[in-house]
Amino acid sequence: MFVVVEDGLVPLLTSASGLPPTAPLTAPDLPLRGRLFWWTIWHHASPLGHWMPVNPPLSTQARFSVRGLACRRGDRLVFRGIDFALGDGAALILRGPNGSGKSSLLRVLAGLTPAFGGTLRWEGQDIAEDWLAHRARLHFIGHLDALKPVLTPIEMLGFWSRLRGGSLAAAGRALERFHLADLAQLPCRFLSAGQRRRLSLARLLTSQAALWLLDEPTVGLDEASTADILDAIAEHRAGGSIVIASTHMQLAIEGAQTLALDEFAPG
Amino acid sequence: MTAFLLLIGHDLRLALRQGSDAALVLAFFVLGVVLFPLGVGPEPELLQRIAPGVLWVMALLAALLSLDRMFQQDYEDGSLEALALAPMPIELLVLAKCCAHWLTTGLPLVLIAPLLAALLHLDGAGYLPLLMAMALGTPTLSLIGAVGAALALGARRASVLLSLLVLPLYIPVLIFGVAAVDQAVAGLASRPHLLMLGAFLAAALPLAPWGAAAALRPALE
Repeated sequence: MFVVVEDGLVPLLTSASGLPPTAPLTAPDLPLRGRLFWWTIWHHASPLGHWMPVNPPLSTQARFSVRGLACRRGDRLVFRGIDFALGDGAALILRGPNGSGKSSLLRVLAGLTPAFGGTLRWEGQDIAEDWLAHRARLHFIGHLDALKPVLTPIEMLGFWSRLRGGSLAAAGRALERFHLADLAQLPCRFLSAGQRRRLSLARLLTSQAALWLLDEPTVGLDEASTADILDAIAEHRAGGSIVIASTHMQLAIEGAQTLALDEFAPG
Repeated sequence: MTAFLLLIGHDLRLALRQGSDAALVLAFFVLGVVLFPLGVGPEPELLQRIAPGVLWVMALLAALLSLDRMFQQDYEDGSLEALALAPMPIELLVLAKCCAHWLTTGLPLVLIAPLLAALLHLDGAGYLPLLMAMALGTPTLSLIGAVGAALALGARRASVLLSLLVLPLYIPVLIFGVAAVDQAVAGLASRPHLLMLGAFLAAALPLAPWGAAAALRPALE
C-alpha cells in the first residue's frame, strides 16, 4: 500500500515532462544519483535533449520515504509492509488501537528500534548508512518527559538545546513560546503533568530539525497548550520540515495524511 | 567535544543538587574502613599489615554501591533515549557518564584514602603509591562498572545482578592496587604494579564505552 501525501507528492517523471517514457524514472524512491544519471544522458545524448530542457529532478525527490517497513517486538510481528513517502512540509498522523504499533513505528523511524524489514530513505539516501546524520536531523518526543526533578526548566531546556547545537537563548525563547517563562527557575518536581509535557515539547523549538517524531504529543494538555503545539507544528511545516505524530485525539493539522496502522497488522 | 563536556557538566550539576549519592558512597567508605580497627583490634602492626587490602576492598564495594544509578534514573525518566538520539555516538555518552561518575564517587575516595590510611597506621612509604594506585584504579572501576550497569539495566534486582557481574572483573585492579602499596611498604619498587594499573585503565578506556554502548542499545529498543 502506498500512501501519497498531496503537498509532498512525488511528481513522477513522465514523457509529458520531456523525458523518454522508457527511461526508468518512475520508481518513486529511485536514488537521486540514479535520476541525475538518466537526466544527464537524456539531456546531452538525445538530439532533443537541448531542445526540450528538463529541470534536473532535484525537487521531485520525496524527502523521507519508507518502503516495506516491518517491526517485531519480542516474538510478535507488530506491523509489516508500511510504505509512505513524505515531501517538504508534509504531516503524517498515525492512528490505530492500543498495541497496533504507533509508538513502535515512531521508534523505528527514530532509529531506536531496529526495523525487522524494509528501508528508510532520506533524500534518497539509505538512513541505515548514517544514523548519526539521521539523529542530527530529527526530534523525537516520546511518552516520557525526560525531566530531572532537581533541575529547573531553563537548565533542562538549555542542556537539551546546547546538546543539539542550540543556545541558551533559544531555550529561553522556547519557554516563552510555551508560556513557561514564569516557571523557568522552579525545580521541575513542582511542575504539573501538563506543564511537564509542555516543557518536554518545548525541546522541539530549541534547535532546528527537519523531522519531528511525536508520540501522543497532546496527552494531558489543555486546549490553549494544544493550540500552542499545533501552531508550532504549522510553523515548522511552513519551513519545509516534516511532522509525524501518533495520537488518539483529534489533531487539527491542516492537510495531514493519516496512516491507519491496524491495516498493516499481519494475518 | 562540546557535547561531551556538556554531558559531564550536566551530570555533575545533577550530582551536586541531589548530593545524596556521592555522600553515601563516601560515608560508606569511611564507615567501612573505621569498622576494621574496631573489629580486629587496635594493634598497629596488624592494622598496618592489612591497611592496603582494607582500603582497596572498601573502595571497590563503595564504587559498586553507586553503579546501579549510573543509567537507571536516565532510563526510567526517558532521558537516556533522548540522549541516545542526540547527534553523538552512544560510546561518547557512556564515556561522559563514566567521567562524571568518577568525578563524583571515585575522586572523593582517592582524596580521603590517605586520611583513612593514617587511621590504619600505614607506613609512610605507602602513601604516595596508595594515592597513585587509587588515582589509576578508580577510573577503571567506573569504566568496568558502566558495562555492568548497562547490562543490568531494566533487570529486576539490578543491584544484586550488578555485583555478581562486576566484582569478579574488579579482582585484577584489587590485586595490583594492593600489591603496589605492599611493595612500597616493604621497600620494593611499586612501579610495575602502577604500570599494570595504568595498562588496565588504558585498555578499559576504549573497550568499556564500546561494550556498555552495545549493552545499552537493546535496552533502548
